[in-house]
Amino acid sequence: MRLEYFQLIDRVVALDLDSRTIEVEANVPVSSTIFDGHFPGLPLMPGVLLLEAMAQTSGWLTIGITKFTRMPFLAAFKEAKLRSFVKPGTRLAVHATVEHEGSGFFVTRAQIKVEGRLVSNAELTLRTIPFPSPDLCASMEKLAAAIAFPMQARAQGADP
Amino acid sequence: MSSTFDTVVNIITETCDIPRDTIKPESHAINDLGIDSLDFLDIAFAIDKTFGIKMPIEQWTQEVNEGKATTDQYFVMHNLCARIDELVAAKKA
Repeated sequence: MRLEYFQLIDRVVALDLDSRTIEVEANVPVSSTIFDGHFPGLPLMPGVLLLEAMAQTSGWLTIGITKFTRMPFLAAFKEAKLRSFVKPGTRLAVHATVEHEGSGFFVTRAQIKVEGRLVSNAELTLRTIPFPSPDLCASMEKLAAAIAFPMQARAQGADP
Repeated sequence: MSSTFDTVVNIITETCDIPRDTIKPESHAINDLGIDSLDFLDIAFAIDKTFGIKMPIEQWTQEVNEGKATTDQYFVMHNLCARIDELVAAKKA
């Protein structure tokens, strides 16, 4: 997890385009300036970053489904729940599945578990648009390689 | 048509908190009812799920942007319901 770059996902553990599910690993850093303020004497992973982790996980799923042709952007959270504190150094297992694929948007359900215990879950809406620039697509492909995104998914995803 | 209209009205009132009696067949979803693009995503999600279709919103938007269609053709309620009926019929065919 590189909080300073807003990259919350460390590794894609599993991506299943048939069942439209993804599981990733995200390791909360042991130290970060974020914990200086959140909170002094009680360092906690901010809840909004847990939500962002679910958004990025869902986003990678949609990128796989659309064969790296469309960029997802977070549009909405529903029924988001932050069930317990997450401390620095915690390993998060983030899972997402597609609830619905609409025209230019996806609705997903995502959850975060720590050692099998549910700590957060939500329903998300992501708009998707064709990559607005080759540079952005190239950056996402580079990032995908860094998190072990199965690049064969690029050929296996649904036709855009 | 009336059944589709009633269903869509239900979806809109539940999604956007718009009073039921303000939604008429001739109402424009955007210009008259004030539904913004994010709320319309929620509505599209609910319509897609309820009717088992996938409204081609991107295609409609592109046609409007290219001047090939007007927003009235897709977003005035009775026209929207007619499009939904067409999509449902096409799926059954």
